[in-house]
Amino acid sequence: MALDRELVGRSYPPSAVYEVGRAKIAEFASAIGADDPVHRDGDAARAAGHPDVIAPPTFAIVVSLQAAMVVLDDPDVGIDYARVVHGEQRFAHHRPIRAGDRLVATTTIDAARTVAGNDMLTARVDLATEDGEPVCTATSMLVARGES
Amino acid sequence: MTSSPDIGTELPEQVYRVTRADLVRYAGASGDFNPIHWNDRTATAVGLPGVIAHGMYTMALAARAVTAWTGDPGALVEQHVRFGRPVVVPDDEEGAEVTVRGKVGALLDDGRVRVDLTVTSGGEKVLSLARATVRLQ
Repeated sequence: MALDRELVGRSYPPSAVYEVGRAKIAEFASAIGADDPVHRDGDAARAAGHPDVIAPPTFAIVVSLQAAMVVLDDPDVGIDYARVVHGEQRFAHHRPIRAGDRLVATTTIDAARTVAGNDMLTARVDLATEDGEPVCTATSMLVARGES
Repeated sequence: MTSSPDIGTELPEQVYRVTRADLVRYAGASGDFNPIHWNDRTATAVGLPGVIAHGMYTMALAARAVTAWTGDPGALVEQHVRFGRPVVVPDDEEGAEVTVRGKVGALLDDGRVRVDLTVTSGGEKVLSLARATVRLQ
């Protein structure tokens, strides 16, 4: 099924709040082998100028990709999740994500096209604090391979 | 890092080993439990040579190579990658190797520097585009 170009610009209601936990940051940092103390030690993070421990840059995906699933659940999009692969990823960090952040994700379809039977959908997820401070813009290009 | 580097300055090359255990751990930490990252049967059923690393795991390693250079994970302000080829991770102690090379590609305003990365595994490029922007104080 070809993607409808009219989907471009569609925005979804803000997600529930995701509260960033200190232990989750440490767990994620360990999983990617990031051993910098700013991910685990509040004093080290403050010495580096941060209010609390900060997450590694790609931690944003934990919150953003979950939020972007709202697009695949949209009946107008009609993409089968089982065929989806991650084509491209971009992060623009307004500031590092840190422990205690209460993040809200707002997802927008930035692009939708069908090339050679493959559906390519670009979802932009704006992560901001509950109070509206922008934290990260995470843009994911998802490809649903055509059934051959 | 205190002064602005020259265009073409190379980052220290980083080589990371990725094993099945790393993928299981990343699945748990990230919440991405797609079985193509831990189950050979599923991976081969969808036409892959075997279990592959999460693209986001490879992106995280690329970011590590950049922050190892800047010395500050908070200095990375932008990152963009295109997933070109999967990192196949065999079920043995050796796993796969991911090599990250980088060089300064452009000096931007506001003390920011663009770093162009080359990320390979088994001699093949796995990210067909990989760039990061860092803010150097």
